[in-house]
Amino acid sequence: MAALTREETEALIQEVLEIYPEQAKKDRAKHLAVNDQSLEKSNKCITSNRKSLPGVMTIRGCAYAGSKGVVWGPIKDMIHISHGPVGCGQYSRAGRRNYYVGTTGVNTFGTMNFTSDFTEKDIVFGGDKKLAKIITEIEGLFPLHKGISIQSECPIGLIGDDIEAVAKKGNKEINKPVVPVRCEGFRGVSQSLGHHIANDAIRDWVLENRDGDDSFPTTPYDVAVIGDYNIGGDAWASRTLLEEMGLRVVAQWSGDGTIAEIEKTPKVKLNLIHCYRSMNYIARHMEEKYKIPWIEYNFFGPTKIAESLRRIASHFDDTIKAGAERVIARYEAEYQAVIDKYKPRLQGKRVMLYIGGLRPRHVIGAYEDLGMEVVGTGYEFGHNDDYDRTIQEMGNSTLLYDDVTGYEFEEFVKRVQPDLIGSGIKEKYIFQKMGVPFRQMHSWDYSGPYHGYDGFAIFARDMDMTINNPCWKQVKAPWKTDASSEAVKAAA
Amino acid sequence: MPSVMLKKNSEGKLVFYVPKKDLEEVAESVEFDTAEKWGGEVVLADGSKYYFEPIPMPDFPITLRAKRVDSGE
Repeated sequence: MAALTREETEALIQEVLEIYPEQAKKDRAKHLAVNDQSLEKSNKCITSNRKSLPGVMTIRGCAYAGSKGVVWGPIKDMIHISHGPVGCGQYSRAGRRNYYVGTTGVNTFGTMNFTSDFTEKDIVFGGDKKLAKIITEIEGLFPLHKGISIQSECPIGLIGDDIEAVAKKGNKEINKPVVPVRCEGFRGVSQSLGHHIANDAIRDWVLENRDGDDSFPTTPYDVAVIGDYNIGGDAWASRTLLEEMGLRVVAQWSGDGTIAEIEKTPKVKLNLIHCYRSMNYIARHMEEKYKIPWIEYNFFGPTKIAESLRRIASHFDDTIKAGAERVIARYEAEYQAVIDKYKPRLQGKRVMLYIGGLRPRHVIGAYEDLGMEVVGTGYEFGHNDDYDRTIQEMGNSTLLYDDVTGYEFEEFVKRVQPDLIGSGIKEKYIFQKMGVPFRQMHSWDYSGPYHGYDGFAIFARDMDMTINNPCWKQVKAPWKTDASSEAVKAAA
Repeated sequence: MPSVMLKKNSEGKLVFYVPKKDLEEVAESVEFDTAEKWGGEVVLADGSKYYFEPIPMPDFPITLRAKRVDSGE
């Protein structure tokens, strides 16, 4: 199908909005837009980071998910207590595949679920005593843990427990950091506020721990990788490139990261931000307090990797600049072979994305390297500054949708008929049943890594095996001919 | 009275960042921009204006309180 023109895309948005009542239509219209590269600021075309409408199927998460699931959870040598009822922690346990090295249950705790398992009694009488007891118990059972974080679930805020006081007492008792995080799920409109709260908790309770302690030997090439959660090994694939060009990666935030690394981050020379949305807050704080500059980079696809490596190198001396060129040259044959193999199979395929807060714009380059085209993108919880950065990456007259509802997404797909959709697990089976190839782009559909040159090869293979899978030809029932069913045709 | 985080970008221009509003914008002009006196009215690239109490040249990056002069829209 040919690309939609600007008028057609606008008409499509109007058509999709038709079903809503007046008020809802007015509200949703602000979140859907046609991309216009001539705009410099996104606030002229799209509204973001607003409360979802009651009654629609939103795909967003909560503040607890943003803090426990994204920012704190991957810190492997700490124990993160899901403070509140058992479900929040248990149903989100280990689902994000933040890989780490270590012996789970001995010195690392990434895939385990610790919870205070609130019951009616704790809601009525308060859970502070229970929390204090848990801290003591953890110290006895897991003596090699390096710290505890208390991730509040909704009831903690509702009943007004003083977890800060318990944390301070616990800290004196076990002599390790105990961090209270006020990330109750009801805060904010999406998981985005959870990221911010988590960043603030790191700022207030962890980051200053080694101020004035210069015992850590530094080099002029120290960097921290911030906002890489090591999904399927992403951070490792990124780290090798940085180390190969001569930099020393002091800290990984927070995939495969430790609390010691986080405490050492104020000593680095440059902060490298991959996930801008979830960790720009702490980078900005370190810029102000410790005068550490930060830059955003993008390790999806060879074009963006080369661009990023050069941009990172420009902050250092000539040895690093030469190192960057060396790395790019070293992998050239490798990634060219990947492109040569997969580009003919994927050329011209059209992709629609709907992901969290970073990948809707970061993966566009990787698809373009494979000759594919991204025809629609949107964020679950992006803010204005994310859309500012997206407008330039996307082609003109493509669709932008913020906090898209289940209904809108389905209608867009029926009309635009992309060859591939990249979104989350909740969307996966709907679209697969509609007969559209789908990749789960939050945790790489149990594959990965996708970052770096190594990851690009896996990315290309995965996209090929999804799009060119023979199963898509079998989705339509054989007795249904093309003319007999419009609905099936639209879905195919 | 938003808190504004100010820093210099690679071209040496002043960058304005208001966390609560996700506003990230380059400042077009600063009324007083000398070592002894810095501040006054700051005009952003999108046309909005903010006012800072004049102070001696601060050490960027820094967070300062600003007054919104007009909406610029």
